[in-house]
Amino acid sequence: MSIEIRHLTHCYSEGSALRTVALDDVSLTIHDGDFLGIIGHTGSGKSTLVQHLNGLLKPTSGQVLINGEDLNGEHVNRKALRQKIGLVFQYPEYQLFEETVAKDIAFGPKNQGLSAAEIDERVRFALSCVHLEYDEVAEKSPFELSGGQMRRVAIAGVIAMRPEVLILDEPTAGLDPRGRDSILTMLEELHGQQNTTIVMVSHSMDDMARLATRLLVLSEGKVVADGTPREIFSREKQMVSIGLGVPAAAQLCSRLIAAGYDLPSDLYRPEELREHLLRLWKEARPC
Amino acid sequence: MTDDVRVRLEDVSYTYEEAKKPALSHVDAVVHPGEFLAVLGHNGSGKSTLAKLLNALYIPTEGTVLVCGYDTRKEELVWEIRRRAGMIFQNPDNQIVATVVKEDVAFGLENLGVPTEEMIPRVESSLAAVRMNKYADSAPHMLSGGQKQRVAIAGILAMEPAIIIADEATAMLDPSGRAEVLDTIRRLNREKGITVVWITHFMEEAAQADRVIIVSEGELIASGAPDEIFDRVDFMRENHLDVPPMADLASWLREQGVPLKKGILTVDDMVKEVERVLCPSKSDT
Amino acid sequence: MLNNITLGQYYPVDSRIHRLDPRTKLICAIVFIVDVFLADSFIGYAILLAFLYAVTRLSNVPFKMLLRSLKPLRMILILTFLLNLFFTQGETVWIEWWIIRITKEAFLQALFYSLRLVFLVAGTSLLTLTTSPVALADGIEILLSPLKIIHFPAHELAMMMTIALRFIPTLLEETDKIMKAQMARGADFESGNLITRAKAMVPLLVPLFVSAFRRAGDLAMAMESRCYHGGEGRTRLRVLKITRADRIAMLILALLTVCVVLEGMLF
Repeated sequence: MSIEIRHLTHCYSEGSALRTVALDDVSLTIHDGDFLGIIGHTGSGKSTLVQHLNGLLKPTSGQVLINGEDLNGEHVNRKALRQKIGLVFQYPEYQLFEETVAKDIAFGPKNQGLSAAEIDERVRFALSCVHLEYDEVAEKSPFELSGGQMRRVAIAGVIAMRPEVLILDEPTAGLDPRGRDSILTMLEELHGQQNTTIVMVSHSMDDMARLATRLLVLSEGKVVADGTPREIFSREKQMVSIGLGVPAAAQLCSRLIAAGYDLPSDLYRPEELREHLLRLWKEARPC
Repeated sequence: MTDDVRVRLEDVSYTYEEAKKPALSHVDAVVHPGEFLAVLGHNGSGKSTLAKLLNALYIPTEGTVLVCGYDTRKEELVWEIRRRAGMIFQNPDNQIVATVVKEDVAFGLENLGVPTEEMIPRVESSLAAVRMNKYADSAPHMLSGGQKQRVAIAGILAMEPAIIIADEATAMLDPSGRAEVLDTIRRLNREKGITVVWITHFMEEAAQADRVIIVSEGELIASGAPDEIFDRVDFMRENHLDVPPMADLASWLREQGVPLKKGILTVDDMVKEVERVLCPSKSDT
Repeated sequence: MLNNITLGQYYPVDSRIHRLDPRTKLICAIVFIVDVFLADSFIGYAILLAFLYAVTRLSNVPFKMLLRSLKPLRMILILTFLLNLFFTQGETVWIEWWIIRITKEAFLQALFYSLRLVFLVAGTSLLTLTTSPVALADGIEILLSPLKIIHFPAHELAMMMTIALRFIPTLLEETDKIMKAQMARGADFESGNLITRAKAMVPLLVPLFVSAFRRAGDLAMAMESRCYHGGEGRTRLRVLKITRADRIAMLILALLTVCVVLEGMLF
């Protein structure tokens, strides 16, 4: 499945004095199997962009094509297209409402009109994806769970709809290191094992360095860079100039190169960098 | 009265009603005047409970909490304690009371019965101290998360506190908002000598403190300078806490036999150390 | 987005009327309402109309805004007019056809009662158009504070109003967010009959209530930590002061009352 965004522009409060351009001529193709990271400042248009991907917002101009079909076209089965794209909002635990975890996760599949047996299978599948034991949590009230567990239940509620593309807006915001790690591991598995295409909005360069296969950098509603993490993180100056940073390992790497050390210029993962540093030390030992 | 410390916790335990296990058990700690103390711990470790004990929002089930020498168990001292130990909470939206910024800053002073003539300059200078004076007449819901937290700080500052307790004040903010709030608090700590108790799960923030204490499962398990604490990489991992990437890298290299010194936290520290133990490669020499 | 909503109908411009003390405006509005009931002739109404016109001009609020505040009332206005028109007894018959009988007296009375409604709404709307909800809450608190003797919670009432005003935008924003999140899970808030639509609101209302309760708990704790302990011994940043303009306004209202009463006695 492919998602293609063509010259997408979105303005809030169109036609009034408060008109603001949130997205300005954005074009982008999301390929099958991508783990696309979207980074940018608050107000750079990230959230606006992801809300267009499943039709919650309509473009002021431009198109969102899903498998070649215009999501906002006239004779399109919008509901069917939307189901292929799961959207997890920021702080998704605030949308939980059912008496039990199982019922809450079943909300999406139920709206899809599935049979009871299918729904049950989906709930079990979704819970296993987010590393929660069905027997342990299914009959609990979602409000009894810890913050990190509630977030995972909320994400399971979207996974249960079996989207081909899963979009997450800052899935780790507000979590402690343990909660964050469990979400990231879960996403890594969904991407690797279930072959789900994932789009993740995040402020954390370290999370991006760990997971993303491709990065899209937004600034003031425009795409300023689109490429592999390796390409993007080696452009430290550009990233800093738009108020973003690069992972600590990439910073160290460029500082050491500037100091005259022989390192490849595009290291951004701590595991790569440490091997190179060890190599340098072994080579330099005689001196 | 013990005037040499701002806060003294003596064998403090706290159990929530209906809870089986205590949220905090037998904690002993002191906070010194002018200190920037970070309290690090994962969610549910008891660190937020600790925060609320310092402001007499909770009264210890066992043990004694002394704030500026006042015992929090004495009900008649509650207002004396709360005006001296101001608290900032996690959710920026849920701690602003008034519909106009300057009126929110005045809220504490109004409660203390400060005369209006005295209130006006105190509100103005507090807003200036957090660099929010431009927004004195704005509506809070129009501000960014970081700005709202700065308004909350100004509201505390107006009461002229001896201590500011921040209970995960940056957890819901984006990176620029977090930097904005932490910088503001650090400046107040430096320039006005206000003691800070900074409760967080972000190790980057704890790394900037004078001293770090670690809370886990209701117990205080470590206390020390950031560079000492973060050098204990395995210990931190066991307690589900992050380690600064440079401390992690240094620890791995040390294990491989590279003679790096202890206490590397930042990229700067690392560059210096690499330059000390490693000559630049031969291609440049 | 939802950031630019205005609360109530407050029209935020500067004017002599806006600058008046909210207590003055509250008292004046009450006196005006009494005057509307005291006036019992069209001459009296002419005086009131002139007064309303003058105040609206002074307040810099466009007449359009004032008319808009009458809009929700139009059904009641029409009904009042028609009921009075058809069911009032009179002598000078204008139209008589089948069971319909319209007399001059009935017409005048219908007009009179409809105008009375218009005046009442226009008068109170001028108050809310020129006074921010917060200032109103302040004014009400102080005006009601003598009732504290009989344990009337004047301060608590005003504090509740302020907090409600503070959180309306926050909760609106939250509603928008939860609605979108549930729509992303296939929720449909728009189609179906009344019952299905009411049912569809559950996934929106439950999270909204949960969140409102959480916010209330947080806020209570934050207020307590900032030494809030009720209205006793509390001072205010914004002190209301009666100025010369307020005294003039009260005087004008007194004058208006005298005119209305005199007119009633003379004619």
